[in-house]
Amino acid sequence: MEKIDMKFIDSVLEHHDFDRTNIIAIMQDVQEKYRYLPQDALTYIAKKVGMSESKLYGVATFYGNFSLDTKGKYVMKVCRGTACHVRKSSNVLQALYEATGTSEKKATSDDGLFSIEIVSCLGACGLSPVVMVNDTVHAAMTPDKARELVAQLREGA
Amino acid sequence: MRRKLNNLEEFRALKAKCIQAHEAEKHKVLVCCGTGCMAGGNLALYQELQKEMAAHGAAYEVSLTDSCGGECVGIKRSGCHGFCEMGPLVRIEPEGWLYTKCKVEDAKEIVEKSILGGEFIERLGYHLNGELYKRQEDIPFYKKQTRRVLEHCGHIDAESIEEYLAIGGYEALMKCLFELTGEQIIKEVSDSGLRGRGGAGFPAGRKWEQVAAHKEPVKYIVCNGDEGDPGAFMDRSCMEGDPHKVLEGMIIAGVATGSTEGYIYVRAEYPLAVSRLKIAIQQCEELGILGDNILGSGKSFHMHINKGAGAFVCGEGSAMTASIQGNRGMPRTKPPRTVDQGLFEKPTCLNNVETFANVPDIIKKGAAWFRSVGTEGSPGTKAFALTGNVVNTGLIEVPMGTTLREVVYGIGGGIKNGKKFKAVQIGGPSGGCLTEEHLDLPMDFDSLKEVGAIIGSGGLVVIDEDSCMVNMAQFFMNFICEESCGKCTPCREGTTRMNEILSRITQGDGRMSDLDELRSLGKMIQVSSLCGLGKTAPNPVLSTLDNFEEEYIEHIRDKRCRCGVCKALSSYVITDKCIGCTKCARNCPVNAITGTVRHKHVIDTNVCIKCGTCKANCPVNAIKEG
Repeated sequence: MEKIDMKFIDSVLEHHDFDRTNIIAIMQDVQEKYRYLPQDALTYIAKKVGMSESKLYGVATFYGNFSLDTKGKYVMKVCRGTACHVRKSSNVLQALYEATGTSEKKATSDDGLFSIEIVSCLGACGLSPVVMVNDTVHAAMTPDKARELVAQLREGA
Repeated sequence: MRRKLNNLEEFRALKAKCIQAHEAEKHKVLVCCGTGCMAGGNLALYQELQKEMAAHGAAYEVSLTDSCGGECVGIKRSGCHGFCEMGPLVRIEPEGWLYTKCKVEDAKEIVEKSILGGEFIERLGYHLNGELYKRQEDIPFYKKQTRRVLEHCGHIDAESIEEYLAIGGYEALMKCLFELTGEQIIKEVSDSGLRGRGGAGFPAGRKWEQVAAHKEPVKYIVCNGDEGDPGAFMDRSCMEGDPHKVLEGMIIAGVATGSTEGYIYVRAEYPLAVSRLKIAIQQCEELGILGDNILGSGKSFHMHINKGAGAFVCGEGSAMTASIQGNRGMPRTKPPRTVDQGLFEKPTCLNNVETFANVPDIIKKGAAWFRSVGTEGSPGTKAFALTGNVVNTGLIEVPMGTTLREVVYGIGGGIKNGKKFKAVQIGGPSGGCLTEEHLDLPMDFDSLKEVGAIIGSGGLVVIDEDSCMVNMAQFFMNFICEESCGKCTPCREGTTRMNEILSRITQGDGRMSDLDELRSLGKMIQVSSLCGLGKTAPNPVLSTLDNFEEEYIEHIRDKRCRCGVCKALSSYVITDKCIGCTKCARNCPVNAITGTVRHKHVIDTNVCIKCGTCKANCPVNAIKEG
């Protein structure tokens, strides 16, 4: 398991005043660094802000953005919103699954490079179909462009 | 760092300075840096334009704070212009020219020809049916809109409070701080007839009144920027393009209702909106427009920003307040209502982004001005995200009561690729479908409700003849199933059952009794769910059942999907158009296609896996599905 830098967790907690109501923001900051929520970190945070681990687990698992599993270097969010749907985003998704060796049941590729996530709407409907890689939006995707994108990222990695 | 303003005189002095600097910019180049155009590479163009200006030794500035003092050219990053289909966009002022589909390589030409030479580059202009439209305002897409909330989106630097001040920003707040009482502000908002733009259409003035009536010392203002409906991005563009307008509306609500704390809840999927709002809040704090004792008025207001974490249900009021408090975002039973016991159990005024963004102009120009467009019951304008199979996708704003035909054909330019119009899905997963017979219906809160749809937050997805309505219905049901918070049984179990039935129909295993079952389940969920999102969850199914029942019947009885979308029900056939090029046979992954060169090929439907590769590869469009 990944080693957690508790000093970093402390700095995040301090930034949010160890306040229990800021728990979502705290977890967001932690996830930004590790790309997921390591179990050790959650246990530590629960103790520090004074809430039970079960309650924290409840919050962490409620929200779609939080992940308790490790994620790939490139998180590819495939928009399956209405606008993307009517412009055939399902074909783009399929191409990404195939190109990265992932599937509906297996979100992260074996080489640890790619995680494919389905999101409801990225709000970039004018550019549909859309795929967001980390924080960059890729517009008007096609299965071919999707395969090309994966190849490019793989080369750059 | 900006110097803090201590009173109204200092505000006026700063404003005068901003106006002066703004006017000294004889030319302005507004590079659209909304999410769409940024994805198209406009940030690089923005930087390249500056390099080109420097290379030509021409005076330019990127912000009013480091104004060059004299006449110069302003190069600015603006918010979304709305015409995302034609992006990346660049607007040139004062001419009002709009350049479309710009690339980094165009920077040199734009600087040399247009900025320094005053010449229009036809190549970058917008062409429609052979006609060239130079000015943005003349393009049919814009000409038919009434932009109020989005007035400044694309016309000002979205990251500069000085620019907002130069065009009259925070004037309305000054009026509220120094001239009007809380009751007078609320009366103006009530008189304007402004209704909540988030979906339900509750009168904003009445909500404010109820919060103001509470004598508690602590009350909250919450702005709902958790635009979760798939197919909607009006609020995003508003927060990205004119963040100060939203803040101004919220501070005014605070002053009117006697609240000193504001929270903005923004979806995590909108990183740019979060960053622009953070910049705007910091600028306000530096100038003392946010903080204690604003400009010596005795009124205080503090702003907080919360990033959502990916839960659609958090768009519901009580779920959102739970989420801000760091809990699972689940709705609770009402009453007590949010206005009585909302955030941290205190009276809370919760409005949507667009609602708040309407407020400054209502205060500045008056309720009568606001009522001058729109319908009697739903005054003002409404922003819509126009998407799907339409020629001009983008962000639009029209008076309430505009017909669907005007939106889809007038502004949207009709259906993409010459296909036939089938329906419009309005209001997202809580909404319904409008069909051909509704094209001339004036759209407002009440008229849409009558036909089983809602305006909702304003997502308008145009659907063409190639989209299967049963598949559409299942698409929404699937969404709801995943997003249902699971607290109440009707929504959690009911939508799952509906989804199962729909999935069975699209798989070809449907029964005729399924239709009645869908209807009765839908009605049950509508009346017995806990929150508004659950109550409206069956709408997309019920609405498609009402309007497209024959398509459902075809799926069940004939095992046929006329659009070829439901893969289990569709088969691929090679028509007589086939020229025998063998391309399909070579590309088929399962070798289901046979035939000899220059003769018609045949698909063995027993082997075919319906992947569609043959159709995509056919050079003469000879393969039909359905």
